[in-house]
Amino acid sequence: MTAVIDVHGLVKTFGDKRVVDDLSLRVGKGQIYGFLGPNGSGKTTTLRMLCGLLTPDAGSGTCLGFDIRRDSAEIKRRTGYMTQKFSLYEDLTIRENLDFVGRVYGLGRLRGRVDAALDRLGLAGRQKQLAGQLSGGWKQRLALAACILHEPDLLLLDEPTAGVDPKARRDFWDQIHTLAGDGLTVLVSTHYMDEAERCHEILYIAYGRLIARGTIAEVIATHDLATWSVEGPGLHLLSAELQKLPGVDTVAAFGSVLHVCGRDAELLEKSIAPYRARADLHWQRTSPSLEDIFIQLMAGLDNNGAPRKRATDESARP
Amino acid sequence: MRLFSFSRFLAILAKEFIQMRRDRLTFGMMMGVPLMQLLLFGYAINTDPKNLPAVAVVAENSNFTRSLLTAMEKTGYIRFVGAPVDEATSDLMLRRGEVQFAVHIPPAFAEDLVRGKTPALLVEADATDPVATGNAVSALQGLDASALIHDLKGPLAGLEKGAAPFEVRLHKRYNAEGITQYNIVPGLMGVVLTMTMVMMTSLAVTRERERGTMENLLAMPVQPAEVMLGKIIPYIAVGYVQVTIIVAAARYLFAVPLQGSLLLLSLAAIIFIAANLAVGFTFSTLSTNQLQAMQMSTFFFLPSLLLSGFMFPFRGMPVWAQVLGEALPLTHFLRVVRGILLKGNGWDDIWPNLWPILAFLAAASILALVRYRRTLD
Ligand SMILES: Nc1ncnc2c1ncn2[C@@H]1O[C@H](COP(=O)(O)OP(=O)(O)OP(=O)(O)O)[C@@H](O)[C@H]1O
Ligand SMILES: [Mg+2]
Repeated sequence: MTAVIDVHGLVKTFGDKRVVDDLSLRVGKGQIYGFLGPNGSGKTTTLRMLCGLLTPDAGSGTCLGFDIRRDSAEIKRRTGYMTQKFSLYEDLTIRENLDFVGRVYGLGRLRGRVDAALDRLGLAGRQKQLAGQLSGGWKQRLALAACILHEPDLLLLDEPTAGVDPKARRDFWDQIHTLAGDGLTVLVSTHYMDEAERCHEILYIAYGRLIARGTIAEVIATHDLATWSVEGPGLHLLSAELQKLPGVDTVAAFGSVLHVCGRDAELLEKSIAPYRARADLHWQRTSPSLEDIFIQLMAGLDNNGAPRKRATDESARP
Repeated sequence: MRLFSFSRFLAILAKEFIQMRRDRLTFGMMMGVPLMQLLLFGYAINTDPKNLPAVAVVAENSNFTRSLLTAMEKTGYIRFVGAPVDEATSDLMLRRGEVQFAVHIPPAFAEDLVRGKTPALLVEADATDPVATGNAVSALQGLDASALIHDLKGPLAGLEKGAAPFEVRLHKRYNAEGITQYNIVPGLMGVVLTMTMVMMTSLAVTRERERGTMENLLAMPVQPAEVMLGKIIPYIAVGYVQVTIIVAAARYLFAVPLQGSLLLLSLAAIIFIAANLAVGFTFSTLSTNQLQAMQMSTFFFLPSLLLSGFMFPFRGMPVWAQVLGEALPLTHFLRVVRGILLKGNGWDDIWPNLWPILAFLAAASILALVRYRRTLD
């Protein structure tokens, strides 16, 4: 596996806040990496450092074999970066935006490429519309089209599907998989668990630190989280009660089901025993979902990213 | 819903105050700039310029001539720069605007004076700016026998009493009728260009940053010089349209006599336009929002307007203000435009004022490129 992104010890500080803290990443060719983490965890900042938009305060490494500090021009030429906030020109039409991007990259056969991109997007009929007048989801699609126009080797996508409808999201992911099949490497940040599940590997960061990585199965396995699901009436009140029990780390509602998780399986089982005896509740041992793991990971860290003393331990005392 | 709710109004009011306070630079400029300008212009502006540079062309060196020149300096309005020169040199100096006056003392001045023939001495004035020369001209014309009081001795003592024993003949050059428009309209070209060019480009990068499109632009392989040139050149075209309109208006509406080469003018204009665009670009790399960019433009425009010699005679300002004025491209461009249009200046004549604009252009471009951030840091 050749590393497309290989960086070590990246640090970025804004003011006195370490937004990215000693982050190391290795990303292989032709793979789709899901970049996950809560709001403000440093995903956007990391992506910006990878494509030369921000200079790391410390750390070094390569992107597509080019040094991220010295060769950012080369990296930019071969990378497509889709910003979290729409950053094409709202006062240009769809076609003009794509033409502009194509010319900046010095693309040949520009007309054909733009036509193809418009067709793929289903925007051919609206090519004369101003980008500013597009709905949010369509803007996202346009932005994606713009960043793959120059056929990059690496795609850095920052929440590309925020606000995009399910059908378009599926199309989008199908497209990403096709591109990856041709050897394109994708690092995509997202808050959607179903999207995370469509990635080959996930990278989970919190407070600027990488705290979990691997395939979904690997992440779930390494975190060895005992999980029970419970169904029944009054889940809302039940949830609050369960939260206070020793051994219960997190309680999360998934529709009409509660997931009750704990790292200490025995303690958890002991705590929930009285509730399992209740006839109206239907308990079942399940495997944790990715989201359970993430909520668990987050619950274990305080606001500064340091491991938190578990709240449940304290409230368990009478 | 009530038509006017006091609490809703207060909510807006409070929000505006918070936002105003948060943008420190803008707030500072709103407070500091007027104060600074009040002081700057309060002390700098003077519509009665004194000590205007002059040169003497003396055909005959006598006690009389020396006394006369001294008396002219004593009016306080003129100051002779260097020793007397010949006709050709004085002409050149006037044309290039190095002096405002040339005083010609004819041959046999003393002799004619003694014989009571009332010799005439010729004062040539560069009258492109009628305001600048007006008072000096009156003062020179008011010279009388008292100027020669030390020399009118013995038999000549009688001359002291009567009418002036000599005549001061005035020759206003370049704008003989003293028409203010002749001076203002060409100058307006520089003013309009400064105002629009700086303002337009100062928004160029700022707008990208404010709208968030900068992030996308920077993520693509563009070089700073490409961005800068690409953003500047459209406005050079706009500037040219303005120049054309003003020249046409000068010619057909105000009947300003166009003496010099329009080709030379357009060359000078392109340099001046570029210099202003580079200033604007520098501002746009310095400001974080469009409001700040506009304020910086105003901050640059006002001194240009007031210290360049457009509104008030340049030579009337105190030395420190003249030094400031010399640092502004508009000052030099005004001399160039007026020189070309009113005095028929050629390349050699305008070069002394053209290179400062070029230097300014180079400095502003370098600053802009240095300040231009290739990253979002
Ligand atoms: N230019 C900046 N100046 C100061 N602080 C910044 C700047 N950019 C980002 N930050 C801070 O850095 C932290 C990480 O921001 P970042 O945008 O990387 O988070 P993120 O993981 O992308 O979050 P989200 O999921 O909400 O997009 C945040 O706390 C943010 O406030
Ligand atoms: Mg982000």
